[in-house]
Amino acid sequence: MKLKLKIWRQKDAKSKGKFETYYLDSVSPEMSFLEMLDYLNSQLILKGEDPIAFEHDCREGICGSCGLYINGRPHGLKGKTTTCELHLRDFKDGCTIVVEPWRAASFPVIKDLMVDRHAFEKIMQAGGFISTNAGAAQDANAIPVAKPNADEAFDAASCIGCGACVAACKNSSAMLFIAAKVSQLALLPQGRIEAKERVKRMVAKMDELGFGGCTNTRACEAECPKGISISHIARLNREYYAAKFSD
Amino acid sequence: MNKLNAKIPDGPLAEKWTRHKASLKLVNPANRKKLDIIVVGTGLAGSGAASTLGELGYNVKVFCYQDTPRRAHSVAAQGGINAAKNYKNDGDSVFRLFYDMMKGGDYRAREANVYRAAEVSNLVIDHYTAIGVPFARDYGGLIDNRSFGGVQVSRTFYAKGQTGQQCLLGGYSALTRQIQAGTVTMYSRRELLDIVVVEGRARGIIARNLITGEIERHAAHAVVLATGGYGTIYYLSTLAVNSNGSAAWKAYKKGALFANPSFIQIHPTSIPVLNEFQSKLTLMSESLRNDGRVWVPKEKGDKRNPNDIPEEDRDYYLERRYPAFGNLVPRDVASRAAKERCDAGYGVGDTGLSVYLDFRDAIQKQGAKAIENKYGNLFEMYEKITGESPYNTPMRIYPAGHYTMGGLWVDYNLMTTIPGLFAIGESNFSDHGANRLGASSLMQCAGDGYFIIPYTIADYLSNQIKVARFDTKRPEFEEAANNVKGRIDKLLAVNGKETVTSFHKRLGKIMWDYCGMYRNEEGLKKALTLIKELEEEFWKNVKVPGSIEGVNQELEKACRVADYFEMAKLLCTDALNRKESCGAHFREESQTDTGEAKRIDSEFAYVAAWEYNGPDKEPTLHKEPLTFEYVKLQERSYT
Ligand SMILES: Cc1cc2nc3c(=O)[nH]c(=O)nc-3n(C[C@H](O)[C@H](O)[C@H](O)COP(=O)(O)OP(=O)(O)OC[C@H]3O[C@@H](n4cnc5c(N)ncnc54)[C@H](O)[C@@H]3O)c2cc1C
Ligand code: SF4
Ligand code: FES
Repeated sequence: MKLKLKIWRQKDAKSKGKFETYYLDSVSPEMSFLEMLDYLNSQLILKGEDPIAFEHDCREGICGSCGLYINGRPHGLKGKTTTCELHLRDFKDGCTIVVEPWRAASFPVIKDLMVDRHAFEKIMQAGGFISTNAGAAQDANAIPVAKPNADEAFDAASCIGCGACVAACKNSSAMLFIAAKVSQLALLPQGRIEAKERVKRMVAKMDELGFGGCTNTRACEAECPKGISISHIARLNREYYAAKFSD
Repeated sequence: MNKLNAKIPDGPLAEKWTRHKASLKLVNPANRKKLDIIVVGTGLAGSGAASTLGELGYNVKVFCYQDTPRRAHSVAAQGGINAAKNYKNDGDSVFRLFYDMMKGGDYRAREANVYRAAEVSNLVIDHYTAIGVPFARDYGGLIDNRSFGGVQVSRTFYAKGQTGQQCLLGGYSALTRQIQAGTVTMYSRRELLDIVVVEGRARGIIARNLITGEIERHAAHAVVLATGGYGTIYYLSTLAVNSNGSAAWKAYKKGALFANPSFIQIHPTSIPVLNEFQSKLTLMSESLRNDGRVWVPKEKGDKRNPNDIPEEDRDYYLERRYPAFGNLVPRDVASRAAKERCDAGYGVGDTGLSVYLDFRDAIQKQGAKAIENKYGNLFEMYEKITGESPYNTPMRIYPAGHYTMGGLWVDYNLMTTIPGLFAIGESNFSDHGANRLGASSLMQCAGDGYFIIPYTIADYLSNQIKVARFDTKRPEFEEAANNVKGRIDKLLAVNGKETVTSFHKRLGKIMWDYCGMYRNEEGLKKALTLIKELEEEFWKNVKVPGSIEGVNQELEKACRVADYFEMAKLLCTDALNRKESCGAHFREESQTDTGEAKRIDSEFAYVAAWEYNGPDKEPTLHKEPLTFEYVKLQERSYT
């Protein structure tokens, strides 16, 4: 199949970027989207041009490294899919594909399609953990957890930290990302003890780092490759107000 | 032979670790913050070690090449993590887990290490549960277990098909807590490019900052490598594409011995190669074999839709050949059986290089919902990649390079032959012999990180308290940094006509063809010649664009592939030396009448540890004899 690609090129964080156009004449629908970029890069390299920088590692939808804004949507149009899981058979022969990095003030561009998501680290460090040292734990079955809670905690915990929720949100809010962690730990008895402090600290950190607030547009949920539900945002809000009121 | 003192403690097997811990020296809490420890890697092993050492009060520096520690490749482990809890009341015990690992590893691992790994497994599960890892539970609210990979008890803890992700995110959260507390400093987007040895001890590393390109020097009192496996030597494998063997390889070149390098597990159930540009192979967890049945058509070249092939025309070859274990035979056996069928012309799919894994019967018996609960995310993953739904049509699978049992040689304290350099997790060789049992790697990685290294490293550091922090201007650091720069300059200067990836693919093909599932003397010798030729070509014709400065992903790849050329030769040399078949290492010259692997215990019951002698010299083989007091060596039989 044939493709026309418009790809964002930016030398480094300080430079101004712009779109470059590339044409591929014979790619196979079986190729993954990233394999198509590999292929384009191999051509650029042999022509003596700078290959396109993009992030990837597992290439199976679990590490959260890859994250491209494709045709105006994070991770492309397929839904519940990471960029690395897209295949060219998901696109029409002869179509134009526009590829950009995540756009959010708190995720500055490093080069081309790579952005710096370090802000997520800061949020996690603010409280996304349970304060138990290795060696201190009781038997794993000493505290039963009702299956529905355990299952819901798992669903929340399956966030891969890709940042699509932020990129999708018109306010660049990190609410879904934080809610996933707050909700996971709030649903488990092990996590309840620090629940109040955790939610306050994580939300405060998010505000401090310049992420916007949540205005319930649900774009995050629609674009999250792991289908994290905004019901977790509702739980976060409940946890947050309960924590604030008890202050 | 005193290079290889494994330091196995005396005493009965079940008491060795307890006694040893009691004899290890400690470091006073007040002194710990004066001691710097570098941990390279943030998978289950590295994140566990770093957070625990931070909790204990040491000054820890952690490195990974990803943008955040949460993306280490442990994140991709699917099926589960073992522990000897015996929650299912089905006769499991530490001893049985130990025994299964010894047997699974085809008796090429150390009894004492394996027993300890089984012993600490229960602590791992307790810890992960306490820090919020949402393991699957049953309706009573207690943790559920399943049977995994060729064992007859249910001891595998899991979180759907995302066990690695859940354990890693637990470990990552504990790590972030220590980063916040200031005991751990995180250096992400750094690639280790050399180890610095000062007066015979490991004292630091040279790393490239993958954003600025700067060649950084970091000093410490001890260095722990937790850098994972080197399965990407085949180019196509189930590993993350940036996984690499470079850290272990640099350690080897600095004097650490490399053990059993050719022991690589080929996983039987990966999605087959679908196109020529394919960059990686995706694993389908072997837990699928609990409910899926493996088959090929009885008739060669039967092109019918699999659903139209009636029962009597199907060859459930695992059930036929191995009635006692059926679809649950160990990985190496299942892999070779698949290759055997495909080589004989019964393979399915366009290439003939795949077999069916069919859930029809399980769905009929248990209902689609039950199957979805167990494997939903795997089925989804499969459908995304292939465009076919396993609910309606059998999966197609084929073996792929997956896990490296080989790695840096370590003693019972997990220290390499360089004092002060430790290796944990998949990067060491210690616990899986010639073949790893499913769900035992996560267990070993976490056990090493949380419950072994914190004890043994203290013993080493106990007499280092008076050693002042090192100045990275010392000549040893200077020299190492210059060597790294020199190698990078050399790579950039070639300016040839072929991409790094193209060379990597060609190397991978040689390794897969001659040092993969089946090996023989002639092939291995041929591979050695081919690798040397290709390596020469690489250094004459590779094209690495850009410069050392700034982001340069091609340069990152080039450094890794240049190391793989060197490492590939050691793999073949090791495979050539071991004239027996054992576990995943199958030498065609050594097989039984029925085509099963034939060990030669009288000659090969040893760990092969290789010593580097310089660029163009043959390495020296050191043998660590393996003695077995508690297991009886048997021919592995799964029939
Ligand atoms: C697809 C797949 C599924 C698996 N499923 C299971 C399973 O169900 N159960 C099981 O027990 N095992 C499983 N395994 C095996 C298991 O996941 C691994 O053996 C284990 O996770 C390795 O952990 P680790 O901590 O040793 O290293 P990894 O998790 O691989 O981490 C390596 C770390 O080292 C860093 N690193 C590497 N090289 C460098 C360098 N040069 N410089 C700086 N940093 C570096 C990386 O950034 C990373 O942080 C699976 C493996 C794969 C590939
Ligand atoms: S919530 Fe979803 S979109 Fe946001 S980081 Fe997590 S996985 Fe990505
Ligand atoms: S590369 Fe890991 S999620 Fe896409």
